[in-house]
Amino acid sequence: MFMTEPPRVLVIMPAWNEGETVGDTVREVLAQGKGYDVLVVDDGSSDDTARLAGEAGATVLKLPFNLGVGGAMRAGFKYAKTHGYQTVIQVDSDGQHDPRDIERVVQGLQHADISIGARFAEEGDYKVTGPRKWAMSFLAAVISRLAKTKLTDVTSGFRAGNVRAINQYIDHYPAEYLGDTIDSLVVAIRSGCAVAQVPVTMRVRQGGVPSHNPAKSAVYLLRSVFALFLALTRRKSQVPSDKA
Amino acid sequence: MAVFAAFVFSLVMFVLVLEMLRRKKLREKYAVLWLLVGGGSLILAGWPQLLALVAGWLGVQVPSNLLFAMSIVLLIGVALHLSWELSVVEDETRILAEEVAILNTALKQLQGEVRSPKDPGQSGTGTGHPVPPAAGDRL
Repeated sequence: MFMTEPPRVLVIMPAWNEGETVGDTVREVLAQGKGYDVLVVDDGSSDDTARLAGEAGATVLKLPFNLGVGGAMRAGFKYAKTHGYQTVIQVDSDGQHDPRDIERVVQGLQHADISIGARFAEEGDYKVTGPRKWAMSFLAAVISRLAKTKLTDVTSGFRAGNVRAINQYIDHYPAEYLGDTIDSLVVAIRSGCAVAQVPVTMRVRQGGVPSHNPAKSAVYLLRSVFALFLALTRRKSQVPSDKA
Repeated sequence: MAVFAAFVFSLVMFVLVLEMLRRKKLREKYAVLWLLVGGGSLILAGWPQLLALVAGWLGVQVPSNLLFAMSIVLLIGVALHLSWELSVVEDETRILAEEVAILNTALKQLQGEVRSPKDPGQSGTGTGHPVPPAAGDRL
């Protein structure tokens, strides 16, 4: 039996003014002891997110100005590719994603190119209501059909990807609102990436206030449908998995 | 008198575009459009009856309405074109930002290794993690 070293996993954390939580989150991920490398993408923060993340032991990619979560992730994927990582996983810097679940989500890659840590799949008590819920279940239904597998949480940011997914993301990873979840997923599926879902528990966010009001939820519904429509009509990425 | 004013206005615009071009304040691809607009208004200012003639052909009752309609279409086109150019520029800026960030991090890691070759973990800038071998050195 060969003793091959397991491929290194890069944990990408987009962070924008997350000074309160980023240090603890990084330490918690490193404390898993699985040999994860943590890359915090400081998305043009005005606080000391970058310094705190660095002190906690993360590699910091400091963007000169704010690019949004999608832009930050794309920079992270580029870093992963430059440094030859085979596996990446996106984790929120505000501590909503439980670092103990990282391993499970990454395990999901054994059968797929993209593995989503889903909040609604049996575990946890994360709940939404009203137009936001309709939007989410509608999106889940459409994207499940596309992906030919049951997906319940397509807007989850807790996602792992393999080399094929990284290459596809670098080719197409929109920075616009909702693009980083819905659009990127739909284009990835249409470009031939297989998707799997792993149930995870979602924790209460450690800082900040979630936006819950009917008007915002309705706008969310419209924008997500629009984002889906655009994603369905976009051109596919050409991603041979051996592309250097 | 109005004809004269229109003529002077068109001439000033035409010269202004040429001058901006000469000083490299305006790129050719945008200048062509404005030179065409300037040239067109010069012709119309010189031969105002031309507008009435064309309006007659097209079945537009009031010649000035033809002028307004053309201006609106042109301005919408220009605005759309500028939005498109801006999107391209934003995309290029984003790519530059990514590359700068990645290069900066790589530079800091190298500096950390140079300063403390035996124990890179002491540099205090989070560079203590061994960089995995690069699959390819290109982005």
